[in-house]
This record gives sequence, structure tokens and C-alpha cells, in this order.
Amino acid sequence: MSSENSVEYMSDVMTKFTSYIGKRLPKDVKQKQADLRKKEKNPMAIEIYDTMAENQEAADKLDRPSCQDTGVIQYFLTVGAKFPLIGELEDILRTATLEATKKGPLRHNAVETFDEKNTGTNTGSKIPWLDWDIVPNDDTATIEVYMAGGGCTLPGHAKVLMPGQGYEGVADFVFDVITSRGINACPPLLVGVGVSTSVETAARLSKKAILRPVDTSNPNANAALMEQLLEEGLNEVGIGPQGLTGDNTVMGVNIESSARHPSTIGVAVSTGCWAHRRGTIKFNSDLSYEIISHEDVTL
Amino acid sequence: MKKILTTPISDEALADLNVGDIVYLTGHLVTCRDVAHRRLIELKQKLPVDVRGGAIFHAGPIVREKDDGSFEMVSIGPTTSMRMEKFERQFIAETGVKMIIGKGGMGEETAAGCLENKAVHAVFPGGCAVVAATKVEAIEAAEWRDLGMPETLWVNRVKEFGPLIISIDTKGNNIFEQNKKTFNERKGAILERIHEQVKFIK
Ligand code: SF4
Repeated sequence: MSSENSVEYMSDVMTKFTSYIGKRLPKDVKQKQADLRKKEKNPMAIEIYDTMAENQEAADKLDRPSCQDTGVIQYFLTVGAKFPLIGELEDILRTATLEATKKGPLRHNAVETFDEKNTGTNTGSKIPWLDWDIVPNDDTATIEVYMAGGGCTLPGHAKVLMPGQGYEGVADFVFDVITSRGINACPPLLVGVGVSTSVETAARLSKKAILRPVDTSNPNANAALMEQLLEEGLNEVGIGPQGLTGDNTVMGVNIESSARHPSTIGVAVSTGCWAHRRGTIKFNSDLSYEIISHEDVTL
Repeated sequence: MKKILTTPISDEALADLNVGDIVYLTGHLVTCRDVAHRRLIELKQKLPVDVRGGAIFHAGPIVREKDDGSFEMVSIGPTTSMRMEKFERQFIAETGVKMIIGKGGMGEETAAGCLENKAVHAVFPGGCAVVAATKVEAIEAAEWRDLGMPETLWVNRVKEFGPLIISIDTKGNNIFEQNKKTFNERKGAILERIHEQVKFIK
């Protein structure tokens, strides 16, 4: 392929993939919701789970975005330094957002700050948002698409604790955010927690945490224990689907962490709503691709 | 058996409903959100649709206008009701609306309005916009179109629109307020237990 053709080709694939994930949930999220529905005993909560499942079926059949809020488009990239289109990716993903907005269709969700005007295209200053991880000596590109809806973005919160507050303080913080701000974010939620050194590092990690599949654990034993304790504890609070009570609260709790300054514990929470629209696609250097997050996809 | 309310909704139909009950709505459902509330209450403009005995929906839909000038409902999900808290008590009193549908809870003022005027607030599950759209049989009118698509008053004819979970009943009970208390009560003991197991700093 000429380089012009390959840019066009990858833009087209990313347009279709971006629009696709607004309509269908990833396999791990679907599976988890089916599990929670099975475990639920409260009739009101069961009715809500069934409506959610019915909604996803209808969205698939009618080929419509499953929730009217298709969010701000964010791309999280893990790209090999030798991926041939590394320099073109920014343009490719901007084109993909513009085109998916027309084809999806996606709701217009980019308001230019300070000018306070909706651009009507889902693009604007630094939007779609791109987050980069560069991998040396690699020639593939893994792209996570995420639709950050308003309701599920609102609970987001970060703060720096004193070491004296310890991991006990981290647990308190997570519970406070979820019980006070998580209720209107369309639970059952996927809770992402960043434990790090400052607000921005913790915030970024908390977002990376909700991009991890629902049922995965942190490789560190203590972090994995904390994920499990928070998940069980939040479920015991019983916020239920839509915050109307039920046997569970969350789809899961994922923690991502980094080393920290001895005097600080940066902690942040990001939440994904039940309609957790994320998708993972991996391109090889010849632009053949594999969709990792969803099954049986034809773009 | 499904409990179905039909507009115009009578006081008797609502009297036995309690928070947590699930109902469905057949008849007319009018979208009405931020600016429409503000126009009625603050700017003293008359609502262009008579919702006495009717139902309103806090929602901003995606509507397709067809070539013949008619409309098709593509997607209609609830928006956060709390934003209308400031106006809703007076809105109920002035319009005689019987059912307010949205997402999440509303506050004390709306609960007082529901009690005074025998109205209810109900939750339609957020994120279920396609299900909601398929329960709209037709869009019969569109008023205040100058407000743009999300804020227009869309008069929808709906059939068994739901599930609608009663969150404020005609006795003024408010399920979200009750739940908030329960959640906060449970939280303390759970956290104490977790604290014991996360003393990683030694
Ligand atoms: S929180 Fe999620 S499911 Fe709920 S309305 Fe927002 S985007 Fe849709």
C-alpha cells in the first residue's frame, strides 16, 4: 500500500470501529452484567438488568447507539516506536472521530471551553483526546477507544493523601466517591483507582484502570487484595443498578499504581457506567488488525 | 401483571402507588427539561402544551425529521432529574402534571410538590435509550422548536413506556433519600473491616 492509501485505510477502519463500539458492549462487560443479573434477587433490580439487556439487543438489531450520550471520544494508544504510521496517527484518529460522528451517528459532545460553543463535530482543541504509551523496538499499535459519557465522567475525583492516612485513607476515598457521586452515574459501575504520587499521575492511572478488562487482577498481591476488598465492600453497600438498591454495586474495581514520593499518596477514582463503551484493536505493521475487546465483529 | 397508567392520569390511579413500584405508561409523554422549566417559572411564559393530568420526561432525544415533515424518534434517554429540582414544585402546581420521569432522584422540594398535588416522580433506567425510543409510537407535535432538538417539547404518543420505578410517591416518600441513609449506615462497618486488612504501611 502507498502511504496515502494506508492512511486512508487505517482511518476507515478506525471510523468504523469507533462507531461500532457506541452500539455494542465489550465481551467482558456483557458477561459481567449477565452474571450480576443471575445473582440478583431484588425484583426491581432484575427488571432494570433485563431492560439493559433488551436495550443492547435493540441497539444491535437497529444499528443505533445504545445510549444517547456517546461521550467525548478518547483514544489510549500503546504504539511501537517502529509502527509505520506513528506520525500519522493523530490525523487518522481525528478523521475517524469526524467520520464516526456522521456515520454513527454520535451525539455532538465537544464544547470548546472559554468560547463555550459546541463544535458540532466531536472534535475541538485536543479532542479527540489522545493518550500515548510508546514501546521501543516494536512495530504494532494497540488502540483503545473510549466514549466518556457525561454521567459516568462526573464522579471523577483525585486528591493527595498524607502517608499517615495510609491505604485506609485510599479505601475511605473510594467509598466516599462511589456512595456520594456514583449513584447517578448509571451503576453497576466499573471503578478505576489510581494509587500514585500526585493528582495527575493518579488520575491518569485511574482511567487506565477502567480500560483493563473487568475480571482481571493487579499482578501485585497487595493491590489485588485491595481490589477484591473494595469490590466486595462496595457490593455490600448494595447501591444496585441505577442506584435503586440491589445485591451489587459494581462490575469490578481495578487498581493501577506507580511508585510514589515517601511523603505523598496520590489517589484518584474514575468510573465507567454500565454502558461501558470501550474497544481494543491491535494493528500490525502491515495494517492487518485484530479486535480484542469484542467477538465476531465485521466492520 | 404489568401495572399500566394511562393519560390523563387520575388521582385514584396514583394513590396506591408506593416508592419502588414498577409501572408503565400509555398515552402522551412530553419531553420537558431545563429551559422549558425556566421559561414557565422564571420568564412566566405559558407552556405551549397542556400537561394537566399528563406526564413529562426529563430527556433530550435524537429525532429524525423525515422528508414529509413528520418525525421519527431515534433515541431518547433520561437526563439527570436533579437539575430541575429548583423549579419542579412550582411546575407541578402550575401545570397540574401528574408524573415526572427522569434519571436519579429529586430533592425535598419536588417531594413536597408531589405530596401537595398528588403527583409522582419515576425513574426510567439510564442508558436504555433504544428501548425507550421503540416504545414511542409517534411524535404528534413539537413545540418551542427554537430551543433546539434536545430542549424542544416533543409530544410523544407512547405505549407501555417503561419500566418506570416510582421514586417519589403521592405521600411524599423519596426512595433516593431513604437509600442514601441506608448506604451511609452500611459504609462505616464495611470500611472498618477493610482498614484492618490494608495496613500495608508498617
Ligand atoms: S452514565 Fe453512561 S449509561 Fe448513563 S446516561 Fe451517561 S453514558 Fe449513558
